[in-house]
Amino acid sequence: MQDRVIEARELTKVYRMGEIEVHALRGLSIDIERGEVVSIMGPSGSGKSTLMNIIGCLDRPTSGEYYLDGERISDLKDDQLALIRNQKVGFVFQTFNLLPRASALANVELPLRYGDRRNNRRERAGAALEAVGLADRIQHKPNELSGGQQQRVAIARALVNEPAIILADEPTGNLDTTSGDEIMELLLSLNKQLGTTLVIVTHDPEIAEKTNRIIRILDGLVEASK
Amino acid sequence: MNIFQSIFEALDSLSSNKMRSGLTIIGIVIGVAAVIAIVSIGRGAEGTILGSIQGIGTNLIFVFQGGSQEVLNPKPLTLGDASTMSDPFQAPSVAGVAPILQGDAKVSTGGESTTTRIIGVTPDYGIVRNSSLSEGEFINEEHILGQASVVLLGSEVAENLFGRNVNLTGETVRIDGRPFRVIGILESKGGSTFGNEDDQVLVPLSTAQTRLLRRTNPDQVDAVIVQAFDSQAVPFASEEISNILRTRHRTAIGADDFTILTQQDFLDTASTITGVLTIFLGGIAAISLLVGGIGIMNIMLVSVTERTREIGLRKALGARRADILVQFLTESALLSMFGGIIGIGLGVLISQAVGQIAAANDTPLNPSIGVDTILLATLFSAAVGLFFGLYPANRAASLEPVEALRYE
Repeated sequence: MQDRVIEARELTKVYRMGEIEVHALRGLSIDIERGEVVSIMGPSGSGKSTLMNIIGCLDRPTSGEYYLDGERISDLKDDQLALIRNQKVGFVFQTFNLLPRASALANVELPLRYGDRRNNRRERAGAALEAVGLADRIQHKPNELSGGQQQRVAIARALVNEPAIILADEPTGNLDTTSGDEIMELLLSLNKQLGTTLVIVTHDPEIAEKTNRIIRILDGLVEASK
Repeated sequence: MNIFQSIFEALDSLSSNKMRSGLTIIGIVIGVAAVIAIVSIGRGAEGTILGSIQGIGTNLIFVFQGGSQEVLNPKPLTLGDASTMSDPFQAPSVAGVAPILQGDAKVSTGGESTTTRIIGVTPDYGIVRNSSLSEGEFINEEHILGQASVVLLGSEVAENLFGRNVNLTGETVRIDGRPFRVIGILESKGGSTFGNEDDQVLVPLSTAQTRLLRRTNPDQVDAVIVQAFDSQAVPFASEEISNILRTRHRTAIGADDFTILTQQDFLDTASTITGVLTIFLGGIAAISLLVGGIGIMNIMLVSVTERTREIGLRKALGARRADILVQFLTESALLSMFGGIIGIGLGVLISQAVGQIAAANDTPLNPSIGVDTILLATLFSAAVGLFFGLYPANRAASLEPVEALRYE
């Protein structure tokens, strides 16, 4: 019995830029199993970012159906999408996107403030930071941390709500090779420990090699999946 | 997110840009302080003016010639009218009657001279107007009968002519060239609604009629000041006076050729004028509050643009529209609230300072800062913050997460 955490059918996405219609996705379908580690590759303009936005529930497809963790996403309202993002998706960005004035702990706590009514936020945020190996840095501000450490904080923030998927957009793009490797190892080990599905969007073939499966996107369609 | 977290986050965000927040707050501070100061000073001034009107006596009635509309052949007020008013059978509510003549004249002595108001009075004037003397004696019946050349000096006139206002009884002054003997000095009363009562001189009415202030009709007087028994009797007294004058002047119905003013009329007029002035000035001050509000909107718009990525991130992490809206509204509301609080303090200080300056210049002015004024200013500034914060906050809340995250 297959357990699909991501199931996308015939997704299309059309942007209007003035008079011109841009077809970013042209009927793309993908499936991702729970616990898989998948990388999405493709040149700029291939529709890779659009796909990532739809998978991450930041955007809706023009047509087609998308199920995330069994829930139909394609036609939810903005606030419902916000809740889905909060509960089921963990984002890791290339530029970390931490709040500069907030401590590591407060940054990790941020997703819990939206939507979570429980009171043990601080403990859960602390536990997530411990899981990424930053237990001794919880009160540091982002500018007091190295790039690798900042990305670890971002990963802890993605983990803290125990999401169905972690969506990482070029997670090592702004890091040197050593810390980049460390971040990849961290992501992979978290996948092993927690079984969280990991979707990595990347240009870097070395990164892609470390994943179970590479989905190549070209001109809004899946070119290859292996 | 609960409200305390929102406030805490907003404070954190505002304090990260202290200069900018401070300058924005100043805009509101000035607006609120101006409104508070002007309204409270206005009320103080109203209190002072009404107080000085009440000071002339709550039971006085002023009768002037001339009606409110054009009347054919109006008759002047005469001594006969005045004496009829003092008839206890025709006017039982009247306690005292003081007909007066008044005009300006040059008063001089040795080398000094001054132009001042001359009032021709009867002995009753002193009782009706409650005048007291710092020395000498008041004008009496003998002075009236003898058309005596005697004068009572106001303390300021005395000061101007002699350089002092004591020990002047028996001195001689010249009014329009005629010598008058000083029989007393009026006690200083300070400024009042009817001009400076210290800058006037009193002479016997008969003397004024025959020598100083001649009128076409030798019996004519300029006004009659009537004292009712008490303030409750004022409406009755003015009714009785009206009837007497209508009969004596044979006026057509509804065409009075005289005007009766009671203290209540003066009070009503004065409080209308000060009320309008306070609203007018307060309105101008409120405009500066509005300008402060636009300052908030401006700075919040800048802040939204600067924090576009942050907004995108928050949305990606699950912030709903309302969460972002509340976040930015809290910031602008806090800005205006701080401005409001500081503004109230500053406004109170300004009005107290004005009160002190006025007191130092011998004008009693007690700025009154009512709870309603403070409440109004607080509510108004909060409303300004929310109103002008709404547009930027809504703009932030409407940002598409994808676009916002991509924003550089």
